Amino acid sequence: MGNKQTIFTAQQLDAYQDCTYFTRKEILRLFYRYRDLAPQLVPLDYTNHPDVKLPYELIGSMPELKDNPFRQRIAEVFSEDGEGNMTLDDFLDMFSVLSEMAPRDLKAYYAFKIYDFNDDDFICKSDLEKTLNKLTRNELTEDEVRMVCEKVIDEADLDNDGRLSLEDFQHMIVRAPDFLSTFHIRI
Amino acid sequence: MPPKKKSDLAISVEEGMEVDATDSGSEDEARRRSRNRRVKPQRKVKCVSDDDEDEEEDEAPRKRGRKKRAKPQDSDEDDEEDKRSVKNKGSKAPRSRAAKVEREDDSEDERETKKKAGKAVPKKEKEEKNLEKKGNVKGKEEKEKDAEKNKKKKKGKLSSSSSDSSSSDSAEESLSEGEIEALKEQVEEKKQLIATLRNKPWRMKRRLLMLKEAQDFVEKFEGALGKGKGRKFYAFKVMMTKKLIKFKRDFENFKTACIPWERKIKEVESHFGSSVASYFIFLRWMYTLNLVLFGFQFGLVVLPEIMMGLPYGSIPRKTVPREEQATAMDLSVLLDFGGYSQYSFLFYGYYNNEKMIGLLKFRLPLSYLLVGIGIFGYSLMVVIKSMARNANEGGDGSDEGDFIFSWKMFTSWDYLIGNPETADNKYASITTSFKESIVDEQENQKDENIHLRRFLRVLANFLILWCLGGSGYLIYFVVKRGQMFAQMNKEDLTWFQKNEVEFVMSLLGLVCPPLFETIAELEDYHPRIALKWQLGRIFALFLGNLYTFLFALFDDVNEKLQNEKLIKNATEWALQEYQANYTAYFNTTAVPPQVVNPADVIRGPCWETAVGIEFMKLTVSDIQVAYLMILIGDFGRAVLVRFLNYCWCWDLEAGFPSYAEFAISDNVLGLVFNQGMIWMGAFYAPGLVGLNILRLLSSMYYQSWAVMACNIPHERVFKASRSNNFYMGLLLLVLFLSLLPVVYTIMTMSPSFDCGPFSGQDKMYNVVMDTINQDLPSFISNIFSYATNPGVIMPAVLLMVLAIYYLNSVSKGYQQANKDLKKKMQIARDEEKNRRNNKDSTNQVMKDLEDLLPNKSLIPPPAEEEEETPIDVVVSKGKKSLKTKQGAKQDGVNLERDVSLAAPNPRAPVTHGPRPRERPPVNTRGPLPGPGRGRGRGGPPR
Repeated sequence: MGNKQTIFTAQQLDAYQDCTYFTRKEILRLFYRYRDLAPQLVPLDYTNHPDVKLPYELIGSMPELKDNPFRQRIAEVFSEDGEGNMTLDDFLDMFSVLSEMAPRDLKAYYAFKIYDFNDDDFICKSDLEKTLNKLTRNELTEDEVRMVCEKVIDEADLDNDGRLSLEDFQHMIVRAPDFLSTFHIRI
Repeated sequence: MPPKKKSDLAISVEEGMEVDATDSGSEDEARRRSRNRRVKPQRKVKCVSDDDEDEEEDEAPRKRGRKKRAKPQDSDEDDEEDKRSVKNKGSKAPRSRAAKVEREDDSEDERETKKKAGKAVPKKEKEEKNLEKKGNVKGKEEKEKDAEKNKKKKKGKLSSSSSDSSSSDSAEESLSEGEIEALKEQVEEKKQLIATLRNKPWRMKRRLLMLKEAQDFVEKFEGALGKGKGRKFYAFKVMMTKKLIKFKRDFENFKTACIPWERKIKEVESHFGSSVASYFIFLRWMYTLNLVLFGFQFGLVVLPEIMMGLPYGSIPRKTVPREEQATAMDLSVLLDFGGYSQYSFLFYGYYNNEKMIGLLKFRLPLSYLLVGIGIFGYSLMVVIKSMARNANEGGDGSDEGDFIFSWKMFTSWDYLIGNPETADNKYASITTSFKESIVDEQENQKDENIHLRRFLRVLANFLILWCLGGSGYLIYFVVKRGQMFAQMNKEDLTWFQKNEVEFVMSLLGLVCPPLFETIAELEDYHPRIALKWQLGRIFALFLGNLYTFLFALFDDVNEKLQNEKLIKNATEWALQEYQANYTAYFNTTAVPPQVVNPADVIRGPCWETAVGIEFMKLTVSDIQVAYLMILIGDFGRAVLVRFLNYCWCWDLEAGFPSYAEFAISDNVLGLVFNQGMIWMGAFYAPGLVGLNILRLLSSMYYQSWAVMACNIPHERVFKASRSNNFYMGLLLLVLFLSLLPVVYTIMTMSPSFDCGPFSGQDKMYNVVMDTINQDLPSFISNIFSYATNPGVIMPAVLLMVLAIYYLNSVSKGYQQANKDLKKKMQIARDEEKNRRNNKDSTNQVMKDLEDLLPNKSLIPPPAEEEEETPIDVVVSKGKKSLKTKQGAKQDGVNLERDVSLAAPNPRAPVTHGPRPRERPPVNTRGPLPGPGRGRGRGGPPR
């Protein structure tokens, strides 16, 4: 309890609680997780907003992420600099979105960003191919990959522009029975 | 053309997230604010100097300012620079993109940099800002107040050293009714923003900033609202809501802190995927349910009887009979729930039939009955509630077939996996499933062996039915034999003969599921479907066993009832004899009550306790077998495989025995049926719920240890999907099935005459009747008698049936409508596709009209033609040139907009609601591909 006061002020904790889906305890736990990644870098006192960033190599080595084929994308999407280097805010943001409490729409939005590898705000064929290759570790032949990608676009592309916009993606993903149960990380 | 794309995205984001209402408001305001600020940059600079003490809460923006100090300070007039900085930030996306939408000549980002530039002035600036805000509110309604606004601004500037309250006070005075309304609206808006802030796809920093702004705003103006009399009340209300929010948050915190085993489950989840974890979550859920049941049972039945009822040894039902006393404390007897435990509060027979006990006049028999039924009521409610919640969460699932590949692509990775081995399995299973789908897609059906497969499936089902029948018969046979043994002298029986029923049932539960699994290999289903089949079959097995057991038990009970009548007659006869003897001996009719040691009284068999003991034994043996199986089947096997592998002739780990997989279906069903037994037995053995809690608690630790220590992840890791509701459905069914026998006994069987809370009654429910008739006011009993009148019940049932029918047909109507809409969408899509493929027939309306008017008078006017060409040229030139072009044309006619407004595509699929006018409809569907633009506007020149 005494510890709590020195890391964040009460207002900070309240603000974080307003901005994420976490409770006080979880925020502190996340902070310690964050700190454990690099104890020498992260100070124990966050009351004056130290400007600390952890490099992607550390973030990606978390047990929650290290086996995830999309870990780099996740880190990139949630980090402010787009290269996977995360501040504590980014870190909280990431797990807030991936928490169980986050609504489907928000998750869908970030899932879209994660699968949009080239950041052009559309999931185009190359994004799909990348996703598929990451999912299957390049074990499908080129023909198969092409076919699957075509099928996906055929299924989900509502406006027929040959790529998936956010709306297409949301339309498709909100109907998926497994999306909510799989697109979350328990921390 | 990046800027345009970005704006598109931003629009759709706002749409998708439903932020329009709150967001645009704040956005507007921000813009206004910034514009105002822009008017007087010098003033701000001045302020920098005179304000050096900062509030702690302002540190966020300040910090950012520090970080970005390198950024151009004079960004006011440097649009291009700003754009570049946005681009540098890369995917900093929604925020800056959203800003771009709002940009007309000024962008939010710019504003921000400005804010950063003026980093040292936060307090002063805010004060000013707030004043401006107020000014804006007014400005919205009454433009002529501009002069006043300026004055106020100046005032704010002058009073920079004065406190917030004084300035706001001075401002308040000039508020009129309409302004207050507007202000109130804004405050509400801000509050709304605070509440929904976490749903916005913004960066944390922006969220924090917005939060603080909103909070400050609310803080500042909430007090100003309400005047005169209402003001205090308003302030009070505000304070109370604040307190309430705080309390709610603390309560939430407390609640989540109370959820146990979160980390354990997480660990399992990361190793085995969500399907195995779903079992543990189910186990935890069950545990909480049982805790509540235990609370009822213990608090309202067991505790009152122990605290206020007669102590042990005072009456016959609470005393071990004389002939059993010698062995009553033996462990073997106690473990069989004989001896002292039989005559303890664990069982029905212990409870006294005294109507009211203790100082509180607690009606124990009534409470016993109501708790017995209340347990069912509560469980039913909870199960149905969670089922409904699960159903809401898990998508509508109506268009299963529409998105096979998309779902596989985007939802097949389980983000919970945090274990390399599981991840490997997952990769493999995803690859396989993709390959399967591809093959399915290519061939659609494998025709050659469908007959064989069908035959195998029928054969498998036949075999399984045969097994089920056999096991049912076996149990019936064993129970009958058990009754025969029960007639015999207890000392002659071996341990096996005494526990035959439990033994056989556990054995069946042990042998049959793997057998079914082996048989199911024949069928070759997808694992998720196979799991359901397996669940269904084991369910049938358990259910059959349980019901056979129950029927045999009821036979037994009936026999006991006959027996009891004889004993009852015998006791009555003994009493009469005693009285007659007494009268004859002492020659008096005033017979004192017979003094007999409670241990020596003749007593009936007390069938309720016997049933309770059966259930207790069954539960205990179930626990034993389950735990032993884990120890031998999982742990022993794992140890063997692990250590014998060094000196064995083949690879044990990869080869035949291997490590065990966690059997989800068996475990879930074991849990469900265990719960069914608890529900059934709890009425006869109040201690059963407590026992079950111990079991669940221990198995949580034991199983999670076992699964981590000795099991390997499933070879084909599959997701739990919505099988959670499937478990719940099973539970509901079991609940209903276990409700039946209990209600049957309560309604029809007559309770034992000398034990339990209902002794002496003809029927158990008479307790309720008596209470209603005797202890409640007479009008209530009148109401009750009316309510139970068939004349009332029949119409009520009829009404319910009608309601069900109505709701059913309504839901069918909705389904139909849904289907129609889907069909329409499909048609629209196909049409679009066709149109794209052969561009000759692009515009349907045009085409129709052309058919009507063959002279082709409807070919697009040449004026547009001219406009169209430059765009196409621009597009072909590439992104950059378009941007410059747009920039050049910015103040002139927005070319693109005009063009697209001139001829919107009349047949575009409606994928979103109406939106603000000024945005070109084509834009909303994504950026325009070059040729696509032509498509919207009539056929190309022929």
